Amino acid sequence: MSWDAPATLDLAREHGLSEDEYGRIVTELGRVPNLTELGIFAALWSEHCSYKSSRAYFKRFPTAGPRVVQGPGENAGVVDLGRGWVCVFKMESHNHPSFIEPYQGAATGVGGILRDVFTMGARPVMLLDSLRFGDLDAPRMRHLVDGVVRGIGDYGNCVGVPTVGGEVDVHPGYNGNILVNAMCVGVARADRIFYGRASGPGNRVVYLGSKTGRDGIHGATMASDVFDEAAAAKRPTVQVGDPFTEKLLIECCLELMESGVVVGIQDMGAAGLTSSAFEMASRAGCGLALDLSLVPARERGMTPYELMLSESQERMLLVATPDNVGAVLAICRRWGLDAVEIGSVVAEPEVVATFAGRPAFRLPVAPLVDDAPRYERPATPPVPAAAVTLPPLHDRDLAADLRALLASPVFASARPIWEQYDHSVGASTVVGPGGDAALQLVPGTRIGLAATTDGNAVACSLDPFHGAAHGVAEAVRNLACVGAEPVGVTDCLNFGSPENPAVMGQFVAAVDGLAEACRAFEVPVVSGNVSFYNETSGSAIPPTPTVGMVGVVPELRQRPRTRWQVGDTVYLLGPVEGELGGSRYLQVALGLEAGPVPPVEYEAQRHTAAAVRDLVRLGLAAAKDLSDGGLAVAAVEMSGGTVGCRLTLPAGVSPVRTLFGEWSGAFLLATPAAFEPALERACEGLALTRLGVAGGAKMTVVVGRKHVVEEPIADLAALREGSLAWLSEA
Amino acid sequence: MQVEVRVKLKEQVLDPQGEAIRRVLAGLGYAEIGGVRVGKLMLLEVDGEAPEAVRSRVEAACREVLANPVIEEFEVRLP
Repeated sequence: MSWDAPATLDLAREHGLSEDEYGRIVTELGRVPNLTELGIFAALWSEHCSYKSSRAYFKRFPTAGPRVVQGPGENAGVVDLGRGWVCVFKMESHNHPSFIEPYQGAATGVGGILRDVFTMGARPVMLLDSLRFGDLDAPRMRHLVDGVVRGIGDYGNCVGVPTVGGEVDVHPGYNGNILVNAMCVGVARADRIFYGRASGPGNRVVYLGSKTGRDGIHGATMASDVFDEAAAAKRPTVQVGDPFTEKLLIECCLELMESGVVVGIQDMGAAGLTSSAFEMASRAGCGLALDLSLVPARERGMTPYELMLSESQERMLLVATPDNVGAVLAICRRWGLDAVEIGSVVAEPEVVATFAGRPAFRLPVAPLVDDAPRYERPATPPVPAAAVTLPPLHDRDLAADLRALLASPVFASARPIWEQYDHSVGASTVVGPGGDAALQLVPGTRIGLAATTDGNAVACSLDPFHGAAHGVAEAVRNLACVGAEPVGVTDCLNFGSPENPAVMGQFVAAVDGLAEACRAFEVPVVSGNVSFYNETSGSAIPPTPTVGMVGVVPELRQRPRTRWQVGDTVYLLGPVEGELGGSRYLQVALGLEAGPVPPVEYEAQRHTAAAVRDLVRLGLAAAKDLSDGGLAVAAVEMSGGTVGCRLTLPAGVSPVRTLFGEWSGAFLLATPAAFEPALERACEGLALTRLGVAGGAKMTVVVGRKHVVEEPIADLAALREGSLAWLSEA
Repeated sequence: MQVEVRVKLKEQVLDPQGEAIRRVLAGLGYAEIGGVRVGKLMLLEVDGEAPEAVRSRVEAACREVLANPVIEEFEVRLP
C-alpha cells in the first residue's frame, strides 16, 4: 500500500485509533487523511505521546514555586539552584522496549532521557535508574536483569555521564512486565536555557544527528498487512542506541546553544520527526514547511510514512535564523554529525510536507497536539488494604527475622548492579551509589546537587494514595541525609491499562497522594512521564509511582558521612515505634501483604528532616532514614558491614515495631561524643532518643536485660550480598 | 562435523560498530567503501551424522544463545 493512499476505518483501527477518534480526524480535516497523515495522527494521539488518559489529572499537582523556572510542558523541568545556576531534570520510562530487548531497551532509555535534558541547554551530570523486576530465580528474569544493567552501564559509561544512584525492587507482580525508569539531571547557567519552540516565520529547520532508518516504526501497533509481510518481519521493533554519536550530539548541541545560533531545539524521541515537528510548532504557535526528500535516510526507498514515524535514535530538530544556518552547519560538521536544512518555519499553524516534488501531507497543528483527545476514564477508587489479625509477635526470634529480611531479594545489595556503572566520571561525585541520595558538586562551584529516586511497590499496591505519599516523604528524608533541601520532583507513573476502571482508580489515587505530599513538603512537580499498559494476559503490575527528587546544598563544605564510626553515639530522631501495616517485615518475615499503610505525618516529618539537614551540613552527624525494614535494616546499613553497635530499646516499647516498623519518618543519627551537646541542642523540641553506641564486631540490641539480637555485623551485611551475586559472576 | 554459523544484525537495525569502521575507512582514503556491516562467524564442532538433525539442534542453539532473534538473524551452513 502506498504512503499516500486514502485511509480507511480498518487502517485506523490497525493503528490503534478508535472509531470515534477516526471520525474526529475526518471532521477536523474535512476530508479523509492519507496513510501518512493517519500514521501521524495515530502516533500523536497515542497514549504515549498525548497522555490522553492521564493529562486531565496533572493539574492536581503543585507545579509552581519560587524556584521553578520551567514547569511541566517542556522537554524537562527547570529549577533555580541559586547564584545563577539552574538544574534541568526529568524521569522517563522505557518499560516495554526493555522487556523485549533488555540491553538495547535500557540503553536507549538512558539515551532518550539524556537528550531531553541537553536539548534544554543543560549539561547532563547525573543519571539514576529506578528498576523493578520479578522473581530473580527465573532464568528469563535473570536474563532481563543482566541485559538492563549492562545496557544502562554501557550507554552511561560511553557517553561520560555518571550513573550515581537509583533503586531496585523485586516483586512477583513484575514477572510479566519489568520497569526501567531512567532519570537525568543536568545543570546550566540560568540565562542559557533553551526551549523546544519553532518560532519566527522564515527561520530554517535543521535536522541533526544519525540518519533515519526503519527502526521502531509504530512499534507493535502497526499491523503487518499494511506493508508486505517480508518487510514486516525485517522491521525491528527495537532501536539500537549509539552512545558515541550521543556524546558528539551532546557536545555539538551545547556548543550550538552556547554560540547563540539556535532559536529552538528538540530531540526526536517517541514518534520521531512527527513529535518534534508538531510539538515545536505548537509551542511557538507557528507551522513548518518540510521537504522530506532532504531527510538523511539510512536505507534506500524510505517513504514519507517511514521518515515521519521512524524512531531512530540520536537525532535532533532545531530552528535557526537564515543568517545563522551556515554557522550551525559548520559546527555540526566539526563534530562529525550529519546536519541538513529540511524546511522552514511558517506563520500558518500547520505542518506541510512535500516529498520528491509532490505534496506528502498538510495537517493543522492544534488538533494533533493541544486539542488531542483527552479522556476522563471510569475510575473505581481503590479500597485501602485493611489490617489483618497478626500472629503473636511477642515471642518472635528477632535475630532470625532480621536475617530473613536481609537474605530476601527485597533487601538485596545493589552493589553488583552499580559496580557496573561509572559513577565518578566527571570527577564531581561526592556521594555515589549505595547511599540514600547521590550528591555532586555543580562543576566549578560549591553548590551541592543531590538526587534520589523512591517508590515502594508493596505499599502502593496496598494503598496507592498513602503509598505514593510515602514515596515523596522518603525522597525528602533521603535528601536530608546528604544535607540537601528538596527543590523539585519529577515522577514516572507506571500502571496497567487505563481502560480498566480499577487500574484507573489506582492511578488517580496515586496522583492525589503524590500531589498531597508534594504540597505538604512544598516541592513542586516540574516534569514527569506516564507509562500505562504495563500488563500481561490481563494481569497488571502493582501500581508504581516512582518519585525522582532533586535537592540542593547551597554551600557544600564537607562530604556527608553515611556510616557510623567506632565510638559514635547513636540516636533515633522521630517516633520510636513504627507501624507494621504495609511493612517489609510483614511481607518477608510473615509472608503477609497487609495494611493499613498509615498516613504521612507531614508536620513532624518536615521538622525532623529540616533538623537532619542542618546537622549533616554542619558535619555534626551521620544520618540514615528509616524506610524499608525499619530501624534494624538502617542500623545494618550504617554499620557499613564493619562497625557493630550496642543499642538499648527504651522500656515499654514493642521491640518488633521499634526494630521493624516503618512509616514513622524517623532517622538514625550517629555523632562523636564531643558533638552530643550540639546535636541535642539542634534537636530540641523534637523526639530524640539515645539508643547506644557504635563499635565492636557485633550488632547487639538489648530489650530490658535480654539481648534480642546479637549477631556479627559482617555476617548480617553479607546476607544482603547473596541475592544478586550471580550478576557479578555472570 | 564442523558447522558454520553466521550471525548478523537484521538489515534494518543500526550497526554503530560498522558505521564507526566506515568512518575510519573513509578517513584513511577508502571513500569508495560506502557501507560496513559487522557480524560474527562461529565454527561449531558438532557430534552427529544426520545433517537435518544437526541443523535443527544448531538452529535451536542459535535462537536460544548464539543470536539475539530480536535484532539479529543467523544462517547455519553444514559441510
